[in-house]
Amino acid sequence: MTNPSSVGIVSAQKAVFDQPIALSSGVTLPRYELMYETYGTLNENRTNAILICHALSGHHHVAGRYQESDKNPGWWDNMVGPGKPIDTNRFFVIGLNNLGGCHGSTGPSSIDPETGTPYGSRFPLVLVRDWVETQARLADMLGIHQFAAIIGGSLGGMQALRWTITYPQRVRHALVIASAPRLTAQNIAFNDVARQAILTDPDFHGGDFYAHNTVPRRGLRLARMLGHITYLSDDGMGEKFGRLLRSGEYRYSYDVEFEIESYLRYQGDKFSDIFDANTYLLMTKALDYFDPARHYGGDLATALKEALAKFLVVSFTSDWRFAPERSREIVKALLDARKHVSYAEIESAHGHDAFLMEDAPYHNIMRAYLNRVAAEVNA
Amino acid sequence: MSNNLTLRPDLRNVADWINPNASVLDLGCGDGSLLAWLSGNKRVQGYGVEIDVDGVTACVEKHVDVIQTDLESGLGTFQDNTFDYVVLSLTIQAMHNIENILLEMLRVGRTGIVTFPNFGFWENRWQLALGRMPVSETIPYEWYNTPNIHLCTIYDFGRLLNKLGMKTTGQVVMHQGQKVSFLPNLRGSLALVRFDKA
Repeated sequence: MTNPSSVGIVSAQKAVFDQPIALSSGVTLPRYELMYETYGTLNENRTNAILICHALSGHHHVAGRYQESDKNPGWWDNMVGPGKPIDTNRFFVIGLNNLGGCHGSTGPSSIDPETGTPYGSRFPLVLVRDWVETQARLADMLGIHQFAAIIGGSLGGMQALRWTITYPQRVRHALVIASAPRLTAQNIAFNDVARQAILTDPDFHGGDFYAHNTVPRRGLRLARMLGHITYLSDDGMGEKFGRLLRSGEYRYSYDVEFEIESYLRYQGDKFSDIFDANTYLLMTKALDYFDPARHYGGDLATALKEALAKFLVVSFTSDWRFAPERSREIVKALLDARKHVSYAEIESAHGHDAFLMEDAPYHNIMRAYLNRVAAEVNA
Repeated sequence: MSNNLTLRPDLRNVADWINPNASVLDLGCGDGSLLAWLSGNKRVQGYGVEIDVDGVTACVEKHVDVIQTDLESGLGTFQDNTFDYVVLSLTIQAMHNIENILLEMLRVGRTGIVTFPNFGFWENRWQLALGRMPVSETIPYEWYNTPNIHLCTIYDFGRLLNKLGMKTTGQVVMHQGQKVSFLPNLRGSLALVRFDKA
């Protein structure tokens, strides 16, 4: 039986864009496709649309299932659905897979129509502002002039922030969760270790591994293991795994002995089966490059001066990848720019991943804020 | 939206001190009642600051902009001279660094408004005279579970303002929701003090 609080069975759609897009890197893509899903109904005045921006390894499948038998629903199913904080009874919710992704949108693993082979190393780097541009074109296609809200966690929060600067008129509210105004040297360092794992995998073949019928599985696996460590907190990991041994005894070998090793290797393996190495490189670079203050003398408040959106910024106490201090930088810039902003710092042991977890105080804040949004747009 | 909202009498007296269209920072704003009322009735713009997440949620429900912060860490998020009024109601007695928060209030704002339980209230004095720690309407805790670590009388508070180079520009003393004008430091359980730089 279908759960009444689920959006139920969903299917993805493909949007085709024949109008070329000039990317920040200087490369022009003559045509591209974006995969997206929608939940709920667009109201008559087209005021109740919410865009959900995905994080590093995300995609368009935000809520619901493709078939009853699917083991897992979309990646934010606990947040999006009838009666949930992002209530699909009131809002028309859009999830998409960003350009450069590997879940159906045009990306490095897609076939380049010019050559008939996957783009691979020829696929250009894409910046957060490029994603915003493609998302705006998707909104145009769907007849949405202004979003009631644009919401994202982590890299998704950066997209929401960028939207408010690039298209101030098109965003009523931006919900920026577990995010940062730009990466620190430590963040970039972690990303580069992940990239080096992929780039130095002999199966990577300079990005053109598709032609060799192989996948740089070892590199992807290492990249994901490293990433995963940074998404959890020491306390959370300790609580879940501690020093538990699989066999109960030390075995004096390099095989899997501790439960945490088993968990990370399992996560790494699973990821290397489903994710594209070039997309991982591209997404981490987009993170590294993101810095909306760069063209405003390094001053984020100046960058945000033209923003018209109202903001909710949320961070989590145990998140050390994008720590609360980073969210407070965004809040300070918004206050300095005299914008409407609310900020919540949620107690959590789940580290960076907390933004995907179900947690009452977190969901209460989101619900309260989105009630306010709904009241404004008569949703 | 908040025109029909009724305010607690002490907050209502705070609101009376605030001019229409002013900008207000409400420290320890709780559920955001004061700002919601000011926004609905006096077109006041402002932010609340609150440490408790349920308070933050209640503010968001009232469409009040709120920043979750521990006041002990100061007001570093806010620039100098940003607000017309900075309000701190029924919080100061539970804070560690009182001098710092008062200085911070007049750094980010022009006028400060502080409300606090008056330790000089006669019931408190009477209970002390009988040899026990006071428990009263505005200090409703036992000595072993009270969050209040810095209780003072109206007289003490005025002296601290002087020491910090500030001056009292308004004072209301209340008991059970009513103003007390005769012998306020003895007969009032709650004090509201407005102050500027001297």
